[in-house]
Amino acid sequence: MTVPTLDIRDLRLGFRTYEAYVEVLHGISLTIRPGERVALVGESGSGKSVTARIVLGLLQLLRSARISGSVVFEGRDLDRMSARERSRLRGTRMTMVFQDPTSSLNPVYRIGTQFHEVLRRAEPRISEAAARERAAQMLMEVSIDDPDRVFESYAFQLSGGMNQRVMIAMALANEPALLIADEPGTALDVTVQAQTLKLMRELVEHHHTSVLFISHNLGVVREFADRVYVIYKGRIVEEGPCASVFERPGHAYTRALMAAVPRITGGGLPDIGDEPRDFSEPLVVHAAGGGAP
Amino acid sequence: MSPPLLEVHNLSKVFRLEDREVPALLEVSFDVSVGECLAIVGESGAGKTTVANLILGVYPPSSGDILMHGAPLPPRRRREHRRAIQLVQQNPLSTLNPKRTVGASLRLALDVHRIGERQERPEIVATLLEEVGLPADFARRYPAALSGGQRQRVAVARALACRSELVVLDEPTSSLDVLVQARVLRLLEELRPRRGLTYLFITHDLSVVRNFADRVAVFEKGRLIEIGVTEALFAAPEHPYTRRLISAVPVVTREEEAMRDALAEGEFRP
Repeated sequence: MTVPTLDIRDLRLGFRTYEAYVEVLHGISLTIRPGERVALVGESGSGKSVTARIVLGLLQLLRSARISGSVVFEGRDLDRMSARERSRLRGTRMTMVFQDPTSSLNPVYRIGTQFHEVLRRAEPRISEAAARERAAQMLMEVSIDDPDRVFESYAFQLSGGMNQRVMIAMALANEPALLIADEPGTALDVTVQAQTLKLMRELVEHHHTSVLFISHNLGVVREFADRVYVIYKGRIVEEGPCASVFERPGHAYTRALMAAVPRITGGGLPDIGDEPRDFSEPLVVHAAGGGAP
Repeated sequence: MSPPLLEVHNLSKVFRLEDREVPALLEVSFDVSVGECLAIVGESGAGKTTVANLILGVYPPSSGDILMHGAPLPPRRRREHRRAIQLVQQNPLSTLNPKRTVGASLRLALDVHRIGERQERPEIVATLLEEVGLPADFARRYPAALSGGQRQRVAVARALACRSELVVLDEPTSSLDVLVQARVLRLLEELRPRRGLTYLFITHDLSVVRNFADRVAVFEKGRLIEIGVTEALFAAPEHPYTRRLISAVPVVTREEEAMRDALAEGEFRP
């Protein structure tokens, strides 16, 4: 069997505060195989983004964070690496696309300069000309037909959709094994979001990149991912192929989430009751074939 | 027949910048009946917020009229108009004063608009909180100690406090988690008939619109391009842009997908 791109086992995260120790991830396990698009879906505060930050090796830098369990990236345990080695992975083997592209790009440098910097991370001696050529090629891949104009622009001179495409091009330029996308497109208009997701989907398919897709939007997850993990209060409550989970949600929490989404086909506003509930049932796992849990 | 609550005639707004003019709204006309919920949908730059701000009197229109109960609204709104037209915004954390307790924020609305006798006002505050599903002791809390959904309930209570007639809901649930969103929408839906409210619901979320609004007005680049009864508009959108908008909505079931794809195909039909 091939080595998974990412294999998280029993990941726990806690923070030591003045008053007490607060655990926010209570044992997350998640696997992404090469070329697979995996979504981690949940509400705010469920632990989606901290999981991503651990994978990126960023939370490890925080002294108040207590992390246990294992995160194995391409067969290498992140815990056994030095901070420096983990840092070297970022921007090269694993990259990230953020929610708001305009604020993720540096406002005082032109896109061309930033793109060069991105490429230099994987190839420190890359020449200006070679970087430009590679960057132009990547921008063409995200359907930006006039890369030269974009290189000369600052982020504020481009639309949100353009910036998002620039971010995607940058994130894929070094041929990463894993792309982490944290709520990509949420800040964009629906039609632009739809185009961006389609484009990103085609690109990662073409480059055979694995994706960890973090989102609170069930619809977007359904459009983009092959497999989905539903996270609730720091625990995975359901996992399986997207089609199966959306057709037959097995966990009470997933069912509540599904029920809370208004349908474009009508049927009235969702009625989920007024009392916030606590969903403490055990994990529901859907078989890979898409069978009922 | 009584005139509509709100009438908008040939409303235009051009923003003058130093070096150029930006037309934000172009010759828009529509009306809203008493008790109705009209959704204003469109993408950024469509003019949704400009419409809201013109109706609220944040700035005057470049041309055109806004009438309430058949009478033109003056560019400088009188206290009466400010009371009758209320706004609930997307981010309640930025609209509630962080240094005022929830009770004080609600009380201020009552004081400004001289609602109720002085000594009854604390009672009214308690009733308002109850109406939006919050316990009375929340009056002593600060906005920072509330969740997003609770804050939005306070913002709704404040709009109710003034005995408003028209509530402009500007993306009221866009920043909320889906479970919280469902509850806040329910609350708004229940309050409308109970309080005799009329809603102008500004949003980009078409799935919510489909289930919440009586009629929908679709805006694109400052123009009103399609308006109609929600069910009919979603069943057979006429304008290509409306179809594009609907077919871009991320959905969660196969049934929705089928409907959406049928619309998308319709776009290419001769």
